[in-house]
Amino acid sequence: MTITDSGVTTDLRRDIDTLFRGKRIAAFAVPAVLLAYFTYVFFAFDLPGLAERARMDNAAVLVADSYSYKTHITHDNRNGGTSIAVEGERKGTYPEGMTPDFVTMTGPDTARIALTDGESAVIDGASLVYSVPDYGDILVRVEGREIILETPPGPLPDWISASSARIDITGEGGRAIVTRARAEVYRYSFGWELFWFTLDSPFHGKSPVELASLALSRDRVEPDRSNLSAIASDVWNNEMWRHKDVLWAIFETILMAFLGTMGAAIVALPMAFVAARNFNRLSAVRFAIRRVFDFVRGVDGLIWTIILSRAFGPGPMTGALAILITDSGSFGKMFSEALENVDDKQIEGVQSTGAKPLQRYRFGVIPQVTPVLLSQVLYYLESNTRSATVIGAITGGGIGLLLTQAIITQKDWEEVSYYIFLIVLMVMFMDWVSGVLRRRLITGGGDA
Amino acid sequence: MADLSLGSAHGDTDTIRDAYLAMARTKRMYGGILLIVFVALMTSGFMLADSRNAGGFWDGILNIFQFPGEVVAEAREKAALLPGLMIEFLPSLIETLNIAAAATLLGAILAVILSLLATRGLAKFPALISPVRRAMDVMRAVPEIVIALVLIFILGGGPVPAMIAIAIHTVGALGKLFSEVNENASLKPVEGLASVGATWTQRMWLGVIPQVAPNYLSYALLRFEINIRASAILGFVGSGGIGYDLKNAFSWGQGRYDEVAAIFLLLFLTIVFFDQLSDHYRNKLVGRG
Repeated sequence: MTITDSGVTTDLRRDIDTLFRGKRIAAFAVPAVLLAYFTYVFFAFDLPGLAERARMDNAAVLVADSYSYKTHITHDNRNGGTSIAVEGERKGTYPEGMTPDFVTMTGPDTARIALTDGESAVIDGASLVYSVPDYGDILVRVEGREIILETPPGPLPDWISASSARIDITGEGGRAIVTRARAEVYRYSFGWELFWFTLDSPFHGKSPVELASLALSRDRVEPDRSNLSAIASDVWNNEMWRHKDVLWAIFETILMAFLGTMGAAIVALPMAFVAARNFNRLSAVRFAIRRVFDFVRGVDGLIWTIILSRAFGPGPMTGALAILITDSGSFGKMFSEALENVDDKQIEGVQSTGAKPLQRYRFGVIPQVTPVLLSQVLYYLESNTRSATVIGAITGGGIGLLLTQAIITQKDWEEVSYYIFLIVLMVMFMDWVSGVLRRRLITGGGDA
Repeated sequence: MADLSLGSAHGDTDTIRDAYLAMARTKRMYGGILLIVFVALMTSGFMLADSRNAGGFWDGILNIFQFPGEVVAEAREKAALLPGLMIEFLPSLIETLNIAAAATLLGAILAVILSLLATRGLAKFPALISPVRRAMDVMRAVPEIVIALVLIFILGGGPVPAMIAIAIHTVGALGKLFSEVNENASLKPVEGLASVGATWTQRMWLGVIPQVAPNYLSYALLRFEINIRASAILGFVGSGGIGYDLKNAFSWGQGRYDEVAAIFLLLFLTIVFFDQLSDHYRNKLVGRG
């Protein structure tokens, strides 16, 4: 008795020991495999070389640009004349006689610029003086074909780069670049420039209080329309930030997601009935439809987008159709699974009252599956808002296009951050809308 | 007496029927209005999208098969070359898969930690629950392409920007799903561990993770499949992998459509393979089928 007993315990003990050994090995093997994989990826992705390739100066430009802007004060060395422009853009150019408060013009070729951090610069004809508090005055002159640089005694600091064709001074509070053709001073300021009004608008530089009183006052700034509409139209048609185009692009993106998702649901619903086991006894047809779903899903949004953009050209319709086709595969699969899980009792109940097949579907099946299907459709609507942004970048439509364009120019980072902010807002908004609708429609009985 | 009661019962059913019919009518009316609004939205949206598209819908629908036809025709012409081309593009495919796998792993590991920090009852710092959730919302809301394009500017091309971009989105997406799973985990093992003096890490690692690991894995597998698609798309827009090759082959135009066909085929087979694989294992993990 005791012998058999101990036999059992030793068996048990052995089993437990093996089990524990297995668990212990697994506990070490999983992290080891992960570590090995990450080591492989580390070298496969050439992470050691990444440090070299990474352009941290680009990162600095990006960060600085996204919350500040620069004003270019440019003197044309060949033809004379000085221009002041925000970001050096034509649409941000100050009109003749109008200067920002940090520039004092004493003639067409002389400008005194107060930079930040105590630095300042003076453009006088073909010469430029850049003053740095702890260093001294840097004088750059253009004489004929030569550029002459005069610095305080001592070795040239590394923030001045000089060659025979170009002098580049990067100070703490500004930057100056002199070539034979022109002398340029950049002054950095905080904020997003000209976000509401461009310089040609009469409302530029007014405080919100002034604007509010203007909007309410009867004296019209522009005689042919009321102040409020003039203010709205100046903001709406702002050429620097293009609020009109941006809002249209956001709307287009949401439109793509909406048309694509709803269209896919409409296409997928009848097909899902054909693919569901309990509604279609022909297994060959069922099989064929399921393979169609798998094919459509497997081809992937990217390939559909490429194929469709060939046929339809760039624009929101292409994006909507790409979403429609890809998601009709996903919806078909999910809907048919939901349909296979319906309760037969309700259908039989409806049938017992003499309902025809179509009525049986309408009153026996649809009320059962509506909440499930709606919640899936609404979830996809939110996720497709994001896909529509990406598809827009590929086909050229919506906010995705604006974003890629702004990134490709590699200088309008403030616009990039503005777009990113709007995209995040848009996706969160759609998330919220889809959540609210889901709760409303599903707990509200699901009759839509 | 009998007559009277019968009459009143008759009246009752009448009012009930009237009320029912009135309710059915209003219900039908609301349904009809909703349907009309929906149809109107769909048609007006469709017309608007059509008018803002470069090529019209009805022109496009006629030559929708033109480009696939060209690709198929050229692929059939050079059918013998296809296997060779597919092998040639295999390294890029592996890169695309690696981007997806590394991003899914990194994202899942971070998502586990964040989701534990964002679950009521489990969080180490209850005050941080709401900020962590908002952070995950933001990570989920940013499309991968945004982060990828910005990172390409800083880090240059290659697989790393895509990997980071997908990983960030994965953290947000999985973090939310994981924290929903955590909420359903039983707290008894956690309390048991706490009673013997286990630290927070030990409580999570030994008390929670074993309960939720199958669901975690199931979601991570689904995410991996989604990330393969995302990784291919990011390659097309900017950096490495099979998407980049596809873009190049595509921009060469006619004459190189055999390459396009080979890449289409590779991508299709890969996605179907991983789709089936993840479906199979997910069913197994969560105990269905």
